[in-house]
Amino acid sequence: MDKIFAAIFTPEFLFSVIRVSTPLILGSMAALICNRGGMLHIAFEGIMLSAAFFGMLTSAVTQSVLLGILGAVAGGLLISLLLGYFNLVLNSDRTLTGIALNTFASAGTVFALYLLVQDKGTSSSLPSLVVPNIDIPLLKDIPVLGTILSGHNALTYAAFLIVFLTYLIIFRTPLGLRIRTVGENPNAAASVGINVLKIRFITLAISAVVASLAGAYMSMGYLSWFSRDMMAGRGFMSIAAQNLGAALPLPSLLASLAFGAVTALANVLQTLNMPSEIIQAMPYVATLIGLGFFGYGAQKSSQKRSKAVLEKARAAEEKA
Amino acid sequence: MEANILSMENITKVYPNGFVANKNVNFSIHEGEIHALVGENGAGKSTLMKMLFGSEKPDEGRILLHGKEVQIDNPTVAIGYGIGMVHQHFMLVPSLSVADNLVIGMEPKKGGLYDVERAEEIAREASEKYNLKVDPKARVVDLSVGLKQKVEILKALVRGAKILILDEPTAVLTPQETKELFIELKHLKTQGYTVVFISHKLHEVKELCDRVTVLRAGRTIGVESVENVSEQDISRMMVGRDVRLDIDKEKAQAKDTVLRVSHINKVNALGKQVLKDVSFQIPRGVILGIAGVEGNGQSEISEIISGMDRSFEGEVEVNGKNAREMTVRQLRENGVSHISEDRMTYGIVGDGSIAENMISDRYYKKEFQKGLLLDEKKIAGLADDLIEKFNVKCDGKDQPIRMLSGGNMQKVVAAREFTSGADLIIANQPTRGIDIGASMFLRNKLVELRDGGAAVLLISADLSEVMEVSDRLIVMSNGRISAYFEDASEVTEEDMGLYMLGLKQMEPEEIRRASC
Repeated sequence: MDKIFAAIFTPEFLFSVIRVSTPLILGSMAALICNRGGMLHIAFEGIMLSAAFFGMLTSAVTQSVLLGILGAVAGGLLISLLLGYFNLVLNSDRTLTGIALNTFASAGTVFALYLLVQDKGTSSSLPSLVVPNIDIPLLKDIPVLGTILSGHNALTYAAFLIVFLTYLIIFRTPLGLRIRTVGENPNAAASVGINVLKIRFITLAISAVVASLAGAYMSMGYLSWFSRDMMAGRGFMSIAAQNLGAALPLPSLLASLAFGAVTALANVLQTLNMPSEIIQAMPYVATLIGLGFFGYGAQKSSQKRSKAVLEKARAAEEKA
Repeated sequence: MEANILSMENITKVYPNGFVANKNVNFSIHEGEIHALVGENGAGKSTLMKMLFGSEKPDEGRILLHGKEVQIDNPTVAIGYGIGMVHQHFMLVPSLSVADNLVIGMEPKKGGLYDVERAEEIAREASEKYNLKVDPKARVVDLSVGLKQKVEILKALVRGAKILILDEPTAVLTPQETKELFIELKHLKTQGYTVVFISHKLHEVKELCDRVTVLRAGRTIGVESVENVSEQDISRMMVGRDVRLDIDKEKAQAKDTVLRVSHINKVNALGKQVLKDVSFQIPRGVILGIAGVEGNGQSEISEIISGMDRSFEGEVEVNGKNAREMTVRQLRENGVSHISEDRMTYGIVGDGSIAENMISDRYYKKEFQKGLLLDEKKIAGLADDLIEKFNVKCDGKDQPIRMLSGGNMQKVVAAREFTSGADLIIANQPTRGIDIGASMFLRNKLVELRDGGAAVLLISADLSEVMEVSDRLIVMSNGRISAYFEDASEVTEEDMGLYMLGLKQMEPEEIRRASC
């Protein structure tokens, strides 16, 4: 037990929380954007995986980090626009299409990997690049705080920036107003001449760009190679985090960090010779518990509020 | 002769399922008039207007604006030509503010961002200019129906509409709100705007409009100056024959109590108290009507009594048994039947056949079983019998119910709900959106059931319906019973309106009579 506490109460642990939260933060923002536009789907896992693969591949071929990231975005957009085409144009079921695309991305990347390097596991033999870590001047010299906040991957800082950008786009721009209108009442949008289909595709595309950065981070930062099914459910955890955050940027960020903390804890415990099967399940169990508490809490608080409203009304009546 | 600002010539529209919605329809309006478009449900009014607003395309015919032929491919084009539509089901986004709703699609910008302050300014200016008073900052979800409608009208006007189409605007308003709307519309007329007023309330047409075009079964029946025709004339043109619009009924004979509702309070999911200490009872042989503007607690009451909603305070007793502890099936076996206001969700299974929909409340009973299977013969017999008794127009009992018109769908629902031998019949908006013939049929059936000893709860936003059919009347306003009338025939519409708006409220003693 002491060993665990000793491992947790360190700046290095908090550093690792931020590190492992990065894909969840990006993923939850991607899910939030889709949810606001009435386009929430379950293909984030596939989008991220495809982005991770294409990011790795493009950076290996071009030997450019920037082009690698663009490649990742293209890989993510590919899956997302396929979803849009099937769901919005051909009217297929969104969930079934999502399942199909996730499976397709999982198998497709392994297939492509085998063609490239004759390995069905990882791409470590390819000379792919990583996004550099950034030391923040001044901040890095402050003890504790510097250790926690400085020296992260550039995409980690981008993730925090994107939380703010998401808020800006969704709640402060004309486009955001249209996205929310289409999400809440597509008929109202159509009646004032907004092209609902176009807005839905834009929603999918913006969301896919954000989700792709999560994928890029996994193969070009978190690890320096692509490995099969490397998203390991992070796409789904992102949807859950966004749900706990009620589709609001800041609460979704906090929920992502909470899931990240559990994942980081699991990583620490793994080094302490705990049974790894149980530990690896921790983030997913945390997601379940989180969703359960959220549902239970919402139910209880609505009952409580209902009682309070009635009592207040009664008190007011007695006074009168 | 005034100039036609707009005319639609020889319009024909056939839907993909073969239904001819419009056949050689001619419709033209003068600049600066209020023109009524009337016809029964299904006569083709909505289709015609959809083509004018670009949501549908005509198969034949042309549309002339200021004498020039135009192609209206989508609502954006219509808006560009100065045509604005106020839909019956409001096209508003509830979680956004009034100002947001007004400017969606033409948002003012400042530095690339959405300029909320400018949007509120636009809203304020328009609100003053057209004398339609709404608070730009208010969230639409908090507005009354009357105010939402003002937002819809403003939405069309700020987009530069010169021709306003209002689709049954008064269907959801109280008499007082209707009066206010008429003043506003006449004000717009003096400012040079042209209004198309869709309605089937003929006294409103007489009061407000200059000319009237009548459609029946997809064809133009005639265009008249309103001053030259009587309500009876218009009604004859609409229906094609004289219809009796009144209901034959004897005075109610109240017997023992079937339904007793005591002190119901409810807070909805948004934390708003939607029912406030509601109590009443209904005896056998009586139709109790609940009138009120939609959204004042009527739907909640209906859901609670029919067992769909259990999160409330208070008691509901049916035939002396506490309803809260019963499942919906137990409730039905205890003598409750229910016509939901949402026919498509709770009334029918769209892909199911007419026969299947008719037995969906009783399929599990012994009499419909043969071994492990359903007794097809018995079901077929019942379905054929009910189709005949309820005059359902269809191709046969095996036709999927979604192929039927709204009126015939509702007849199937009624055929099920009215033949289960219920002691309490909850009819929530039973005739909404269906034609006059089917409506009269259902209203008379309710009276018949009452005479057979059932207690009937009739909830309706159609004031003339609820006043005509009911024996006793409750008016609801803001979740509270604002009035109770022992004899529905003694009440005037004006009075009802005051209670519906909450401008008048009966004393608690008077309301208590509803529960004893």
